[in-house]
Amino acid sequence: MVIDELHDRCGEWLKGDGPQSDIVMSSRIRLARNLADFPFIRRCNDIDKANIESTVRERLSQEDAFTTLNFFNVAKLNSLDRQLLVERQLISRELSNGDGSRAVAIDSRERLSLMVNEEDHLRIQVMKSGLNLDGAWEQINKLDDDIESRLTYAFHPKFGYLTACPTNAGTGIRVSVLVHLPALAITHQIEKVFRSLQKINLVVRGLYGEGTQAMGDFYQISNQVTLGKSEREIIDQVADVIPYVIDYERKARQYLLDEKQNDLFDRVSRAYGTLQTAQQISSEETMYLLSRVRMGVNLELIDNLEIPHINQLFLRTQPAHLQKICEQTLDTDQRNVERANYLRLQLKRDDTDAQAN
Amino acid sequence: MKCQKCEKPATFHITDLTGKEGLLELHLCPDCAKQYLQTGESEQETPKISGVLSSQLKLEQTAEDLKELDGKECPICGISFYEFRQAGRLGCPHDYVFFGEELEPLLLNVHNGSEHVGKQPKRGVRDTESQTELIRLRREMKEAVQEENYERAQELRDRIRSIEGEGRSNE
Repeated sequence: MVIDELHDRCGEWLKGDGPQSDIVMSSRIRLARNLADFPFIRRCNDIDKANIESTVRERLSQEDAFTTLNFFNVAKLNSLDRQLLVERQLISRELSNGDGSRAVAIDSRERLSLMVNEEDHLRIQVMKSGLNLDGAWEQINKLDDDIESRLTYAFHPKFGYLTACPTNAGTGIRVSVLVHLPALAITHQIEKVFRSLQKINLVVRGLYGEGTQAMGDFYQISNQVTLGKSEREIIDQVADVIPYVIDYERKARQYLLDEKQNDLFDRVSRAYGTLQTAQQISSEETMYLLSRVRMGVNLELIDNLEIPHINQLFLRTQPAHLQKICEQTLDTDQRNVERANYLRLQLKRDDTDAQAN
Repeated sequence: MKCQKCEKPATFHITDLTGKEGLLELHLCPDCAKQYLQTGESEQETPKISGVLSSQLKLEQTAEDLKELDGKECPICGISFYEFRQAGRLGCPHDYVFFGEELEPLLLNVHNGSEHVGKQPKRGVRDTESQTELIRLRREMKEAVQEENYERAQELRDRIRSIEGEGRSNE
């Protein structure tokens, strides 16, 4: 697999299937692990990092489960390719912007990503479409065992898996569910939901993790505590609360349908109309409008669009994806024009299809 | 909709969940949003830890004690407590043992628990001494290279390789 094959694929988290996929985009679990015989990243020089990378690569190549993975040397990728991987949530911004030897291993279905030399030596991540934390845990737990059979992890009987930042020590687990909550945003109830989530020690972040804004009404709900609770308890803590969040969003959508129908139809059709006709459009405005259109499709207000198609538009209108599609480097202004061209083409084609039917 | 900070149209709709005042909704133009996000971003996770840590230390330590504690260095990786406090990141696995007393209240504060109850490595935690020994040797080797003492660096590299070799033949 080469990077250029990625951008026109769909990726696991945008497939738009799996349980509750009208509201839950994806379920993700990551484990932070460190090798016992190397210092943490902060005290590593380039030689240490290169040694860690080659050790991981060499040892895992002996394990059947990993022979089908594609290893990318992130340090050697150009910034556009790195950005593409960030947009697909296969690597973090920290790994993309880091320095020295670092890598990522990805399976062809983009369900698994194994980052080497991020904040910790290893960051193992499994993604599933829709609400499927049990499936994600089953897969990542097995992977972790497979890796552990080849590499010695830094582990302490009392403090558990040892991580560079004490906030991740213990299980090293982050359980995270990506939800789309446009109706709660429109009805200004989202703050209330977040406040109650914070009270039970859950964290809410934007689409691209720490420090990113809530783009396109997408929110990641994840655990904060990693020590003193078992993986199962932590997963359940997140899993137990998601049905309530889904229920609130559904109620807000129903309220908009029952009480604010004109307002809702207006928001959705203006968003759709703008995306179909704009001559230049930023990635942020695109996310904002696609979010409304996505809700419109879920509520059957728009009937000639499919959810997976909209999910793909969210990704393909991001800067790196757009430049890959256009096969050239574009500055912000050029991207805004090309993005509008792409959206007009994508959304118009659906129109003519619908009319032809 | 106009940007809340200037006259340009607002295309960024930000819900900030990290502010001291609680939740904050912002509608900004790309330029103001960029500025807002860049200044906001640098105040993530890391200061949070040093914040928790320093408030804890203030309660329990005098300025003099703190100064002494800051100077404490891990014999394995060489990180000082001051550096950890500033960066919010530890230097090696042994720091959890070496700074254990200082870390425990911090862990309790962040996690509301300080004892791991989850999964454990299947192979058992064996031979941690030779593991930390490797980290120490790697550091000494770096220092030898820096001092251009290549003979010593060579010696250390051979020792690292021999310990690594033993580890592998045990598997």
